[in-house]
Amino acid sequence: MSNTTTETEQPPAPEDGAAERLSTAPVESDGPTGIGAFGWARWMWRQLTSMRVALILLFLLSLAAIPGSLIPQYQNGQGQLKVEAWKARHATVAPVYEKLQLFDVYSSVWFSAIYILLFVSLAGCIVPRTWQFVGVLRSQPPAAPRNLTRMPVHAVWRTEADADRVNAAAHRLLRKRGFRAHLSGGAVAAEKGYLREVGNLLFHLSLFALLGGFAWASLASGTGGKLMVEGEGYSNTITQLDDFNGTRFYGNQDLDPFYLKLNGFTSKFQTKGDQIGAARQFTANVEYYAGGDESKLKKSTIEVNHPLEIGGSKVYLIGHGYAPVISVKNGKGDVVYRGAVPFLPQDGNLTSTGVVKVSDYGLGPDGNKTQLGFSGFFLPTAPLSFEGTGPVSLFPGDAAPELVLNAFSGDLGTDSGLPQNVYQLNTRKLTQLVQDGEPAKARLKLGEGWTLPDGYGSVTFEGYKQWASFNVSHRPGNAIALAGGVLAILGLIGSLFIQRRRIWVRAVALPGGGTQVELAGLARSESAKIAEELAELAVDLQDDAPASEEEDDAAASEEDAAPAASEGEGGATETDVPEETGVPTAPEASSDPAVPADQKSKE
Amino acid sequence: MQLASAVDPQLADLSNKLIYSAMVVYTLAMFAHMIEWTFGSRGAVAVRSKEQAGSLAETVATAEKKAKKVTVTVAGAGGGTTTLTRTAVAGEGATVVTSGRGADEEDGPGAAGTNEKADLAGRIAVSLTVLGAVLHAGGIVTRGLSVSRWPWGNMYEFSCAFAFAMTAAYLVLLATRKNVRWLGLPVVLAGLLTLGIATTVLYTDSEQLVPALHSPWLAIHVSTAIFCGGAFYAAFIATLLYLGKDSFDKRTAAGLTTGPLGTSASIWRRLPAASTFDKLSYRINALVFPLWTFTIIAGAIWAEAAWGKYWEWDPKETWSFITWVAYACYLHARATAGWKGRKAAYLALAAFACWLFNYYGVNIFVTGKHSYAGI
Ligand code: HEM
Repeated sequence: MSNTTTETEQPPAPEDGAAERLSTAPVESDGPTGIGAFGWARWMWRQLTSMRVALILLFLLSLAAIPGSLIPQYQNGQGQLKVEAWKARHATVAPVYEKLQLFDVYSSVWFSAIYILLFVSLAGCIVPRTWQFVGVLRSQPPAAPRNLTRMPVHAVWRTEADADRVNAAAHRLLRKRGFRAHLSGGAVAAEKGYLREVGNLLFHLSLFALLGGFAWASLASGTGGKLMVEGEGYSNTITQLDDFNGTRFYGNQDLDPFYLKLNGFTSKFQTKGDQIGAARQFTANVEYYAGGDESKLKKSTIEVNHPLEIGGSKVYLIGHGYAPVISVKNGKGDVVYRGAVPFLPQDGNLTSTGVVKVSDYGLGPDGNKTQLGFSGFFLPTAPLSFEGTGPVSLFPGDAAPELVLNAFSGDLGTDSGLPQNVYQLNTRKLTQLVQDGEPAKARLKLGEGWTLPDGYGSVTFEGYKQWASFNVSHRPGNAIALAGGVLAILGLIGSLFIQRRRIWVRAVALPGGGTQVELAGLARSESAKIAEELAELAVDLQDDAPASEEEDDAAASEEDAAPAASEGEGGATETDVPEETGVPTAPEASSDPAVPADQKSKE
Repeated sequence: MQLASAVDPQLADLSNKLIYSAMVVYTLAMFAHMIEWTFGSRGAVAVRSKEQAGSLAETVATAEKKAKKVTVTVAGAGGGTTTLTRTAVAGEGATVVTSGRGADEEDGPGAAGTNEKADLAGRIAVSLTVLGAVLHAGGIVTRGLSVSRWPWGNMYEFSCAFAFAMTAAYLVLLATRKNVRWLGLPVVLAGLLTLGIATTVLYTDSEQLVPALHSPWLAIHVSTAIFCGGAFYAAFIATLLYLGKDSFDKRTAAGLTTGPLGTSASIWRRLPAASTFDKLSYRINALVFPLWTFTIIAGAIWAEAAWGKYWEWDPKETWSFITWVAYACYLHARATAGWKGRKAAYLALAAFACWLFNYYGVNIFVTGKHSYAGI
């Protein structure tokens, strides 16, 4: 009963209708029934929950997801920066795109509309179907159609055995094969593969769990960032985090309380081959305690694929770099600054830039209060000469660390009370120091010092540490989404690998003596197995109902019952719908408008 | 500063040589298949292969009194019927299965037709494919050994494994005596194409992985993705052939003597029936869909561990999702009245196009977090 070449011009082959009843697919309705607003509302609802509309919505969903993969999105990693850069490059279309929410596709009105409609359709389709399926489970398999030899898969033979005994044997055999079988009115009706429907319903229902997990996460999660130099620690509060993005149910006050300290950081890099410099290992050694109980201090490590879970948050390692330890002395030789300053990597070899702000310098050589600022580069592996390249690191490992500094004096702007970027020097009120008629600049190896011009004192490159940056993420709903995913897979397996099928057996005493045995099977069109299953059953049944010698007669009577293809008018006649028997125990069949009894082919 | 763990350059080199050798052998297999198709057209293409007709008659003859014999009639799409006959010797459990098919859904006799030379060429082609696959497998294993990790860390390795998955799937089908030799030419062609792109455009030296890829999920997520890709590819070929054969059938019905796009009718006649292709592509897609779902979920779990969010609408994730929805669309279409047949097939093609774009397009043209070493 493969029906793969069905043409749209032709009326759909009736067997489709019969097979459809083996699925939970809703019945397609043609037009509004009844009049007035209620009729239309009902019609629209029917349309929305029809398979055709589900198909269209699914198609739209995949189309609608495309633009977000080609245009930078706010919600992606570093989204803000990328979106701004893109907007600058496409100034003319950017406002239009912004209006169309193309930088925010996955939370846009139109994308949401599609998936909300899809899920409404899904609910409208699946929930009634679930009840209907429960009804099917409670009732018996639909009774045998009157003429089994008109079914798409059938077998017939004649036997001398008693009809009742053949039916009883068929009933027994079908049960043994795991069918739900039911013997009444001189025929056996049996059905198997209910797990397919269970799987299908489970799959669709678990999509709701997935959606729920997503929704909860977007309402109640938050992420913060924190950069720490080796030896530093912090408490997870809004004041100590570098940045924080909260949501409605996880705001500044809701941060999971814990303490985390970076004890040390290990990095390894590829040292040869064409991928030289590629990162091979990053490990942050940390200690932490959840809540406020310092006595519970524990040691642990955080790696790229191995976040650390503390309280309700997970801490991810997302970046690393170097922090040169720099000390500054004023003209009198007093240490006015000493600290490890994180420099930010600019390329794969960790050429890093950073600034040092000496805001408590005190009085300058001219006796006025002043401040010093330094900007520069840290190169973990410096080249012998900067000729032609400028200061660029050759390798991300610390093989030949050097510090390149420019010195400024003046007003850093730190006293204005406005928040400042710690990685940038606001040079508006600063002037670069001058040494030998050139802007003051120095290239320092580890441990080297630099005497500043004009009696400003000195700077020393004392050493360096590594820093690591962390993403602190609180995301509930993961477990729900995961459960939804796992159930979805299980449901799919049931839905796609299990065949739901029906088998009917009828043995009737013939007027001239002897018994005619008829078997028929019905399954979805994708399965060829039903024929084999029917054959196996028939072979088994022949133990109880051996075929009579005059096989040909049986074959002939089959011919009578169902005209051969050559005489039929096209495909419809041969692959006839089972006529409904009118037996009241077939509720599904008799109420199904998709399967009209084909009057024309009645003899 | 510690040194990263080393790469064994000899093994890495051996791996490259094995992959190149496999490509040479596949090329020879391709020529052998072409010879098979060419010679096959000279032999008479029987509408019903003799073998089939013969065995059917035989069963009827041997079904003596003592044997139990059942004939199941199956109604076909075009109004014809096919039959399936099963006999069992009474008293003994053993059953003999014979299936015969009616004229309605006749599978063609295969590429070789009834020509013996062509058949020989076909057998040689299959042997060469086996040899190629062995070399290919060797190339993948040595690549993995050279760095002591799973050999799918970048697009080059991914492509090699993917081409292998496809060839292996085809050979497994052959080994289980399925009638799939007609798949030989398209499979070898697709494998060569994939390997060709891998060795020229995507090649990177054998190296250790960036830390983001240090995860057991690499083995799980990526290997299932490779398998799914191979299977989707096979289903894609079957879908194309279904569309071709279906057009051919229609053209024949309309009295035309050539296949679609001016192809020779002899080729189409030797191929299996349209419904066979259609069922095959549906079965493969349906089989793979749950695994593809799993691949995406495994990827999400990995993303959660690596980046802190299981779903970020990164381009790769987005396209996996698009591909998933497209295949869901196809499966839905099969279950929707009026969408079976060609319309569903077009959806399957669109879904595979999404898969291809996800693989090549996203990796090469779109930047996202799914950056592999090299490409
Ligand atoms: C949310 C998006 C949806 C996805 C991802 C989805 C996916 C799937 C998949 C993969 C199948 C194939 C399983 C099979 O063939 O048994 C399927 C079947 C089915 N879907 Fe959906 N579906 C969705 C929405 C819907 C909606 C809205 C409806 C109702 C209008 C629906 C009704 C059905 C039915 C009745 C079947 C079973 C058809 C059959 O018996 O073969 N689905 N769905």
